[in-house]
Amino acid sequence: MAEQVRAASQQPLRRHTRRLGNVAIQLVTLAIIAGLADGAIFDAVQNLTRAHIASGFGFWNNTAGFDISQALISYSPSTSTFGRAFWVGLLNTLLVAAIGIVLATVLGFAVGIARLSHNWLVAKLAAGYVEITRNVPLLLQLLFWYNAVLKSLPELRGSVALPGGAILNNRGLFLPRPEFASQFSIVLIVLAIGIAATVALKSYANRRHNRTGEEVPVLWPALGLIVVLPLTVFALAGFPLTFSIPHMGRFNVSGGVEILPEFAALLLALSVYTAGFIAEVVRAGMLSVSHGQVEAAQALGLRSGLTLRLIVLPQAMRVIIPPLTSQYLNLIKNSSLAVAIGYPDLVQVFAGTVLNITGQAVEVIAITMAVYLFISLFVSLLMNLYAGTAAIAER
Amino acid sequence: MKRLATALALVMALASGVQAARAETLASIKERGELICGGNGTLAGFGLPDPQGNWTGFDVDFCRAMAAAIFNDPKKVKFVPLTAKDRFTALQSGEIDVLVRNTTWTLSRDTSLGLDFPAITYYDGQGFMVRRALKVSSALELNDASICVQQGTTSELNLADFFRTNHMGLKTVTFATGEDALKAYESGRCDAYTTDSSGLYGERQKLAEPSGSIVLPEIISKEPLSPAVRHGDNQWTDIVRWTHYVMLDAEELGINKANVDEKLKSDDPETRRLLGVEGQYGEAMGLTNDWAYRIIKHVGNYGEIFERNLGQGSPLKIVRGLNALWTKGGLQYGPPIR
Repeated sequence: MAEQVRAASQQPLRRHTRRLGNVAIQLVTLAIIAGLADGAIFDAVQNLTRAHIASGFGFWNNTAGFDISQALISYSPSTSTFGRAFWVGLLNTLLVAAIGIVLATVLGFAVGIARLSHNWLVAKLAAGYVEITRNVPLLLQLLFWYNAVLKSLPELRGSVALPGGAILNNRGLFLPRPEFASQFSIVLIVLAIGIAATVALKSYANRRHNRTGEEVPVLWPALGLIVVLPLTVFALAGFPLTFSIPHMGRFNVSGGVEILPEFAALLLALSVYTAGFIAEVVRAGMLSVSHGQVEAAQALGLRSGLTLRLIVLPQAMRVIIPPLTSQYLNLIKNSSLAVAIGYPDLVQVFAGTVLNITGQAVEVIAITMAVYLFISLFVSLLMNLYAGTAAIAER
Repeated sequence: MKRLATALALVMALASGVQAARAETLASIKERGELICGGNGTLAGFGLPDPQGNWTGFDVDFCRAMAAAIFNDPKKVKFVPLTAKDRFTALQSGEIDVLVRNTTWTLSRDTSLGLDFPAITYYDGQGFMVRRALKVSSALELNDASICVQQGTTSELNLADFFRTNHMGLKTVTFATGEDALKAYESGRCDAYTTDSSGLYGERQKLAEPSGSIVLPEIISKEPLSPAVRHGDNQWTDIVRWTHYVMLDAEELGINKANVDEKLKSDDPETRRLLGVEGQYGEAMGLTNDWAYRIIKHVGNYGEIFERNLGQGSPLKIVRGLNALWTKGGLQYGPPIR
């Protein structure tokens, strides 16, 4: 009895010491890693100084002096700094990644669903798409799109005039640029109110439908709120919107919004390639939903479109989201292949030209890696939050 | 990606405390048994492997001259092809011993990259190439034109300067390699292609239809091309510098590949000092006294190298111009050996 008591009283003590030991081991490991990192930084600074290579971040505010073909924010070679060039490159990366993710998702879901179609031709076409896009290296696809885009477009003199004043040639697609007068903000405010009212109406209609089974018409009021009302205000304000129409110069098209062929090629390549992987992710997710669910839905009399939308996809999303996240991250990182076709993304502008002019490889590469890490972690965070809403509510 | 790898290698090398050889470049070359030379690899006239894989060109011959001086064998040199934006990182990280890749000497490269530029081997300037069909006769007519250019070059910076100074609009399309930029020019993506004018003649040869393009007369910049070495190893810097100067002096003294053996018996004191018959000039640099003899014997003097790779003996047919000897109205001037 006494022995048992002693054993029982020693047990928590032993567990306690073991936990302390674990903490100590972790602390020592952390200290070793921190020490190594500190030593590496110290050595790097020492060696850079000894090799007479400039170090530090002083270059950030120096004038860049080189031109960038696509800048979403104002940029001029004569006055802008390397720091500004960094932001221009980063925004170009984010632009192509964001649009690429949307396109790849839409295309990937369409192909993934089509691959499970009962229509033989549709299913085989989708399978062919997946096999081709997944099994050809992305760089080759990129070069293919760039050369296909460039070679198939007409020269400047043979430019194609598109309806609405747009111009297409091998220098890019030039669209009319909307120019807003100050009164246009009223139209935007009215539009925002209209959208908010529609959302409120829709949620009211849903609640009413769930409670009483009565249908509340949403479509027509929504059209009125989102389309007719803002248009009326737009007309009353005296049409505060003009377009700057692109026109042909001697060498180039001036005016309007310019979409570079490099951008188009990179966007196409990234979307088409990633969509192949997303299609497989979607197919796997849909196959993970038990067939009994579909049969049950059919037994309730749901049509196949509704079955897909209300029964299969919501359950499939739980399986789809984690691998979908890594496809998004791949797309973002793959956008750095832009360097092969001259699209001015972060790697091309910052880790390319800026690194070369300043010669500060350590700082520039460190910043570039940190930026990609930050973007990836941020996207993962968003997707995890979304995965939380798609998870099964445990009861 | 290769560039990223090189940059990472530099980061690792710097961070891990591994030190690039400081004052021992020559010793490590001798120990290794070959010189490692960073070159262009895609530029006709300066550095380009022939169908058999042998590198030829003006810059290549400079590396061969150095190998001849060190090993008495112009073949003991390994060429590492580098893009414009990889080149300095490769040199800083110690991947190559010397960079001889049509590289412009500028103040910031000299001071903040940790490099030295021993001697100007070629006086160049930036020019433009346009399609003949464009009917342009001057670079000043290129307002709002799209220009293809290689990234990480002084060309990229001069281009922005030139258009700004002349109040002209510019659309730059930048590529990682000169080949990509040239291909984009050829496919009609750009109105003009710009690089050093010596390079324009070489690149034009690579077009499917060289006569369809013309080089515009304007030279918009000064491009003194020089080999580059890491800052701090003065012995090695001296060897690179004097390799160029002895080839100039040899041309001035009329010593060439064919008559160098005969010139060993010359009574002319300058010739005797240059060829190592008199004095200990080679040993003072850590080489043998006949080092200059070896260079001339295996590779030739400056004029021979120029004519063979760039001048009348080559498809490029570039005239000597600024690169003529000072005695003939050019800028190439070799300091005396004594």
